[in-house]
Amino acid sequence: MGNEKTRTRYIGRSIPQNDSPLKVTGTATYASDIELPGMLFAKLVTSDRAHAKILSIDTKEAKSVPGVVAIATGSDFPFRIGIYVGDRDLLATDKVRWVGHPVAAVIAETLQAAEEAAEKVQVQYEDLPAVFNVRDALKPGAPIIHEHMSEYRVFPAFSPVPGTNIANKFVLKRGDAKAALDKAHLVIEEEFRMPRVSHAFMETQTVVALYRRDGVVEVWSSLQSPFAARYLMAQSLNMPVNNVIIHHPFCGGGFGGKAGLGWEPLVALLSKMADNKPVKLILSRKEQFVSAAVREAFIAHVKAGFEKDGKFVAYQADFIMDCGGYGDYTVNVSRTTGYAADGSYDIENLDVTCRAVYTNQVPTTAMRGFGYPEGHWPLEQLLDRAAARLHLDPVKIRLVNLVKPGESTTGTGEHLREDAGDPRRVLSTIVKELKPNGRIPESKEPWVIRARGFALNVKGPSQPPNASGSSILKFNEDGSIDLLVGTGLFGQGTTTALCMIVAEEFGLPLEKVRVPFERGTDSTAYTWQTVGSRGLFVDGNATLGAIREAKAKIVEISSQVFRVPKEDVVVRDGAASVRGRPWLKIPLSDIAMAYTYPNGNAIGGPLIGTGTWTSVLNSYLNPETGQGIPSIFHTFGGTGVEITLNLLTGEICVEKGVQVEDIGRVINRLGVEQQMDGGMIMGMSISLWEKMQVDGQGWVTNPNFSNYYIARMKDMPGEIRKVAIETPQEDGPWGARGVGEMTMISVAPAIANAVFRATGVILRDEPMTPETVWLAIREQRPDLLEKAMKALGGTSDTTHLQRPLVRVKSGQNETS
Amino acid sequence: MKKITLNVNGRRRTANVEDNEILLDVLRDTLGVKSVKAACWRGECGLCSVLMYGKAVKSCLILAVEADGAKITTVEGLSRGESLSPLQKSFVEHGAMQCGFCTPAFVLTAHSLLTTNPTATDSEIKEYMSGLICRCGTYNQMLPAIKEAAKHYRKHASDDL
Ligand code: FES
Ligand code: FES
Repeated sequence: MGNEKTRTRYIGRSIPQNDSPLKVTGTATYASDIELPGMLFAKLVTSDRAHAKILSIDTKEAKSVPGVVAIATGSDFPFRIGIYVGDRDLLATDKVRWVGHPVAAVIAETLQAAEEAAEKVQVQYEDLPAVFNVRDALKPGAPIIHEHMSEYRVFPAFSPVPGTNIANKFVLKRGDAKAALDKAHLVIEEEFRMPRVSHAFMETQTVVALYRRDGVVEVWSSLQSPFAARYLMAQSLNMPVNNVIIHHPFCGGGFGGKAGLGWEPLVALLSKMADNKPVKLILSRKEQFVSAAVREAFIAHVKAGFEKDGKFVAYQADFIMDCGGYGDYTVNVSRTTGYAADGSYDIENLDVTCRAVYTNQVPTTAMRGFGYPEGHWPLEQLLDRAAARLHLDPVKIRLVNLVKPGESTTGTGEHLREDAGDPRRVLSTIVKELKPNGRIPESKEPWVIRARGFALNVKGPSQPPNASGSSILKFNEDGSIDLLVGTGLFGQGTTTALCMIVAEEFGLPLEKVRVPFERGTDSTAYTWQTVGSRGLFVDGNATLGAIREAKAKIVEISSQVFRVPKEDVVVRDGAASVRGRPWLKIPLSDIAMAYTYPNGNAIGGPLIGTGTWTSVLNSYLNPETGQGIPSIFHTFGGTGVEITLNLLTGEICVEKGVQVEDIGRVINRLGVEQQMDGGMIMGMSISLWEKMQVDGQGWVTNPNFSNYYIARMKDMPGEIRKVAIETPQEDGPWGARGVGEMTMISVAPAIANAVFRATGVILRDEPMTPETVWLAIREQRPDLLEKAMKALGGTSDTTHLQRPLVRVKSGQNETS
Repeated sequence: MKKITLNVNGRRRTANVEDNEILLDVLRDTLGVKSVKAACWRGECGLCSVLMYGKAVKSCLILAVEADGAKITTVEGLSRGESLSPLQKSFVEHGAMQCGFCTPAFVLTAHSLLTTNPTATDSEIKEYMSGLICRCGTYNQMLPAIKEAAKHYRKHASDDL
């Protein structure tokens, strides 16, 4: 089924997401739009200390505010939650771990009353020594942020180190990196960094919960993964799983930040406390920045060894990720960064250590492609650096080192399947679309440089080995189909792609296949999570299973009706017919509920197909060496950019982008393009502008969109070329692999490589703001600055130069 | 508390509002106009945009009492039933939305641009729309969607849209 490249009705075409009419008319219902009768409102009280013991919480004055129903503090809810490490409290118990840590929650009849009362809650603290960066947190004698680490529930794949601030340590070892580095012709040693960034999904996290009087909790939440949220909530609150019902309305963006479990258990318990009335919590934008989890920051110290011909022989990398106040999901970010540190290259000797380390900063979690943007930021820059040092072309050096599907073994010891994708074609396509070595038009202003650069990427879903999915397909009276799948919907369009597959397989018009937009864990099929670009692959395969089962039933019934062998029956064009005798045909509507003979006898029954999918190949990785098979597929791709760099201001502008991914098979071309454009724009925004600024006391100083700039329409590149390569993967649905996150991974290193190629300036830090870029130019290429100043007619003495005050983006009004 | 009257999408609506209540909350919570979204509550994201006397404004920055008597249009006011306005249709056809949370504001803001300037250039469109944020980064679908719809606005420039 599926994989043959025949003429298709839907597969490969551009189809708008089927929920578009609701979105465009403002009638799609998001969690924030939900109102239940008698609904109350919750407001958080958050810590103004980075690390402090809670001495007392006085709620007397707050309770006197009219409309206040109840106030909860940590001791009311002594539960620990977290997907991989159960290190989170619902409200701080005993102590606070960062500025923004929720300490109490007020429930009131109106949001205004809740807000007013929240300000009146008095918390007495006793400060503890705080630690704000990972290097300090690793020092002997550093303040310990989680003293009770040894009591935490830990998922088997992770290794926290009790008595330290290490939430997880992952090691990948292959060959002998040290010996190979000693012998290498060229060794580059460097440090790279990324800051904390906010997912900044437009809809802040929102939960409505109703703790019913029969002990069942119903939750409507702006989240990605209803089933994971259900299970983790039941597990941490010690409830039967089916007593938790998670409804998944429309969700205003996720990007990983709404994966796993969020505020659902807190709001559920608030509802219970408020006499089983429904309670709603909407995070303010500031709370979303400082009280919820964001993307982690990291420092990577790397050493890369190359031979004369460019062969990448050894890679030693030490990643230290700052997971902030809790490690919950970030422990898996560190694992993934570690096992994927070699990107798409065959490096014989690897020695990678990745530690996730607690600090008294805002906690962190998964974000789009997690582990891979981290690993690719150093890796893809190292290749361009080595190429320059070895007088090789950046394309050439990659050709020397790229993995060869069918032959190569990845760093974790996985033999790359032959149909894993075609990284060489990805590279040649980028070259064709970007022409990195072609003539670059000179800019009219001599202080503005035009440059081209590119970077490759690879990514697979990072999930537990047993993460499975299922699908149920129900026929209706007229032969239309309701498809039940648990994959969440927050803009990626997976369910539209799944409907296309079903419509294609049965030869039905697309309008006849529908996935309910709003789904609940009690009424749809299970899937582990909606993360890691796994949805189409896992739920697509499960759906193909459901299609197979339904088709088998249709064939069974029709063969009886036609009195022909089953092999002779074909299902297509919305009907079952007999091969070679097209006049023998029954429309699916006549079988859907039972086939009825002229005399009224009926056979069959309401048609249902079910399917499941679980990977049989994956395993936990070896705790000492990181060896094993972590992913169900690898998508190879890359990004090219043409930029302008203003030497006088340090401002980088992306003029053109090229996005290439080998996604196996395009199901919905429009969906793929949306991801490629969206990944380009988000990647550009994060790599050029986004950074959560923190002061010396641990306060985030820019928790708003004035001072935390996000790409607007005027910032998008003039042109984004998008190419989907199709090297089908035999076990992918119609040959497809995932694409959603991949599109963001190589944007940052592509930009840095463009700057490096044109100027030789190395950019070690994200974001590449005008200030950091200008300082790097002044430090590394003062001659360029001199020339630029001269061209402008100014001084050529750059020693005392201050970067001119330019208002580049609102909120980035920086001087050096 | 003060009683205000609004004309919302052609219907007369009244609401009792506090002095410090913002138009956004009155529209969403009191009057149930849920297409108006919010993502920052301080004038930075543009998702709470509504048309006030035909002009795009951010409803989180306007006190409800200031809006007393105003003619307000939200995206619900652009089309009726299952038929879509030219802009809405164009947004759907171009796939100009992912999560859709920003979509009503972008559609409405584009409508306000095209009614006053149906011949807007690419850079005029980009500039005008840059008061709004789409985190999904669907700008590259929105731009052609707006341009396509502009044809319709040019044709009907003299009609009342
Ligand atoms: S909510 Fe009004 S501009 Fe953001
Ligand atoms: S479509 Fe998600 S924010 Fe615009």
